[in-house]
Amino acid sequence: MKFLFGVEAFCLACFVLLSQVSAKNSEDIRCKCICPPYREVEGQIYKQNVSLKDCNCLHVVEPMPVDGKDVEAYCLRCECKYEERSSGTIKVTIIIYLSILGLLLLYMVYLTLLEPMLKRRLFGHSQLIHSDDDVVGDQQPFANAHNVLSRSHSRPNMLNKVEHAQQRWRRQVQEQRKSVFDRHVVLS
Amino acid sequence: MGWEFWSKQLDEEELVADGGYDEYSAGSSSRAAGMNGSGPTKLVDPLEDPLPGVGTYEDFNTIDWVREKSKDRDRHREITNKSRESTVALLHSVSDAFSGWLLMLLVGLMAGSLAGGIDIAAHWMTDLKEGVCLIGFWFNHEHCCWTSNETTFQERDSCPQWKSWAELIAGTAQGPFAYIVNYLMYIFWALLFSFLAVTLVRAFAPYACGSGIPEIKTILSGFIIRGYLGKWTLIIKTITLVLAVSSGLSLGKEGPLVHVACCCANILCHLFTKYRKNEAKRREVLSAAAAVGVSVAFGAPIGGVLFSLEEVSYYFPLKTLWRSFFAALVAAFTLRSINPFGNSRLVLFYVEFHAPWHLLELAPFILLGIFGGLWGALFIKANIAWCRMRKTTRLGHYPVIEVLLVTAVTALIAFPNSYTRMSGAELISELFNDCSLLDSSQLCGYKQPVNTSETGVDNNLADRPAGAGLYTALWQLALALIFKILITVITFGMKVPSGLFIPSMAVGAIAGRLLGVGMEQLAYYNHDWLIFRGWCSPGADCITPGLYAMVGAAACLGGVTRMTVSLVVIMFELTGGLEYIVPLMAATMTSKWVADAFGREGIYEAHIRLNGYPFLEPKEEFEHSSLAVDVMRPRRGDPALAVLTQDSMTIGEVETLVESTHYSGFPVVVSQESQRLVGFVLRRDLLISIDNARKRQDGIVSASLVVFTEHCPAQPPEAPPPLRLRGIIDLSPFTVTDHTPMDITVDIFRKLGLRQCLVTHNGRLLGIITKKDILKHMAQIANRDPDSILFN
Repeated sequence: MKFLFGVEAFCLACFVLLSQVSAKNSEDIRCKCICPPYREVEGQIYKQNVSLKDCNCLHVVEPMPVDGKDVEAYCLRCECKYEERSSGTIKVTIIIYLSILGLLLLYMVYLTLLEPMLKRRLFGHSQLIHSDDDVVGDQQPFANAHNVLSRSHSRPNMLNKVEHAQQRWRRQVQEQRKSVFDRHVVLS
Repeated sequence: MGWEFWSKQLDEEELVADGGYDEYSAGSSSRAAGMNGSGPTKLVDPLEDPLPGVGTYEDFNTIDWVREKSKDRDRHREITNKSRESTVALLHSVSDAFSGWLLMLLVGLMAGSLAGGIDIAAHWMTDLKEGVCLIGFWFNHEHCCWTSNETTFQERDSCPQWKSWAELIAGTAQGPFAYIVNYLMYIFWALLFSFLAVTLVRAFAPYACGSGIPEIKTILSGFIIRGYLGKWTLIIKTITLVLAVSSGLSLGKEGPLVHVACCCANILCHLFTKYRKNEAKRREVLSAAAAVGVSVAFGAPIGGVLFSLEEVSYYFPLKTLWRSFFAALVAAFTLRSINPFGNSRLVLFYVEFHAPWHLLELAPFILLGIFGGLWGALFIKANIAWCRMRKTTRLGHYPVIEVLLVTAVTALIAFPNSYTRMSGAELISELFNDCSLLDSSQLCGYKQPVNTSETGVDNNLADRPAGAGLYTALWQLALALIFKILITVITFGMKVPSGLFIPSMAVGAIAGRLLGVGMEQLAYYNHDWLIFRGWCSPGADCITPGLYAMVGAAACLGGVTRMTVSLVVIMFELTGGLEYIVPLMAATMTSKWVADAFGREGIYEAHIRLNGYPFLEPKEEFEHSSLAVDVMRPRRGDPALAVLTQDSMTIGEVETLVESTHYSGFPVVVSQESQRLVGFVLRRDLLISIDNARKRQDGIVSASLVVFTEHCPAQPPEAPPPLRLRGIIDLSPFTVTDHTPMDITVDIFRKLGLRQCLVTHNGRLLGIITKKDILKHMAQIANRDPDSILFN
């Protein structure tokens, strides 16, 4: 629905902006040097938060495990790489994702469990308008539509439009579910 | 009754009409005013306002390409003519021309950012099955240990900030109890993720399951599936794709990313009138979006464009080529700036070795191609049999339980083997990697050389015998290969978003690496054999198992999807290894030939045929020598063709005729006796116009005459006013004579994108051929069940 879509669009916009704007934490850059085993010295990994120009063996490998004349031979084998990341982007993405997932799960619980209970309590058992029970034939959804429409004529306002749109959406999802899950017509 | 069904449908649509676009479903009928032209000849009665709904299509129907293209040409001509009148009109025409590029830019940005989000979320959730990061729960394992100084050379990914579930729950990290706790938590998280995925798909957007590429292929050929590229499908596909990938199932995210990109494109099309109202133009944008999808999945923009050209699109004009490339590049650039991999690289499996390969190695590469072809053919047959079983037997009634069972089996078997426990992309990266002294993984567990003189200055791991670590890795990989081959067959096609590029590449990479290590050891122990002498002397680094893994991955993927050029381009864009084009091509060609020997269809065409979509394969040749009269309807013994006359039927008669048949269009003839053709009118347009006339125009009753001509016939003065429907008739329907050979007719259908074609004999209307008739005929000739073509 439009609201959810608007929320998602807004989140996307924030996300893209934040990924550009998020301050370069000193924690978010590093120089990683991997040095293989050399004579008696074991393999080691060295990491430091230095910038690109200082990313070489001499600055990063501390303390140097070999002395004086072996340093050059040792450093030739080490491989140093400069890496950057944006921890702010990661944090924002995961939080947005979890909130959208949570919202969807809550909405699903509401639709399947709470709404029928609330409607039954408000409107009683006699009116079958908002029941999304199994559709027997092609006529049923449109029979409902006529009831809904006749009610909507009396109170044409925003809430009703939302309600109506939601009804239509639920009918569509039901149709889709029938074709995909029950009749296996599309998407076997 | 059918008529009441229709009028209720219209009632409901009109009442919700005002206020712009409530729905973003594919091809939803345009409710706002301002319509599209009415057919190849634009004869709109000046007194008649264009009706909303006329010119749109029903769900599960095919569009009329000719009509859509000519509508667009009319619109463009009108704008160009008007642009000479005022500056505003000139600006309008410039913005109209520019709108295509703006749309591509937006599609690229949106798809790129969504793909970046999906990547980050998927990496995090995959690691959530193993443990949690204490410094910030949003970090995955690699990023948690990013700044830590406690990582050692042997244990590159252990640091105190990352706690596995055993450490958090049981307090210990080693020992059998910790192993069991980790195992149970892994299974728990896998089941939870897959359960959430399948219930969300079921509750909100059932169209979000599966790969999406077969349906997108059909949509691009002109079919309409409303809601398939809508916003709910987009939201649910994005969310559940992350869940499905993280649950450890043997699936990839490339196919679903193509679907996500096409949904973005479809939603953004609603911002531009030019694309919203015209189905043919919209499909141009969708072709470009398919390229964007593959480009963000792999970081391969050129490969994406070629994939769209070769696999997905039906009509691919050259203009779309340039625009697709632009969109793919924008998306790849957006993805790079989000930087999900933490190393500012576009490519997924960056290969850093540049070791040369020797001509004699083509033999094992071709062997890998044969393996890939065999696996492809076998996989397609097995998967289609399994999906058919899901469609027809009771297995299909329990989708949620099926997903949970498959996840449980996968998690149970995958956890003990470290190569199946890691995600598909990680496995492929490790297999593509060439071993050097800097690596400490099991796969690089070679023995130290006999004489330990450190004369070399680089880190090459040349010419060493396999150590214990490597042997363990080899048999674990062999078990992983068997497992992956079996489990992917039942995983692809489940009711969660699932792709198959990464699992196929994983199977091929494992097979390739096994062969590569085998060759390497063979060369080490037998340097004096004829085949190794000369180029593989002792101490030389002659065989690179990582290259074999790459070639194997390409061969298996080619065997399943039957891609050719696009696969080679994707592989070398993925790995950055331009020297290896020749081995990749050799393996891909061999695999395609071997797989084609078993069956001509790739996996996507096979799924299209399984679902019965009306897809006229553009690459097949029609070989039979039938004539048009053999395929047309009505056949001998059928009731006569249902036609409308141009000015002698009343509204009541038309309604009865339309109601009593299911046809989606009716030819219009001069009179029943002469059967001379005037034009063709669509059912939907007819019903909308009649319904509208009954409501809005005065005096229209069931006895009113329906007139398709320019001038009404003479009528008595007390007769009710006639209904003039010249605007909705197509005055230039395509016709063939009854003796036209079928291969020419099929060619006409394919090249022009027709939906139906009228058959005449000596100038008189004889019958009609629809696309469905052709597909049924082709199925009959190939001895397949003609009733499997379901849609119109």
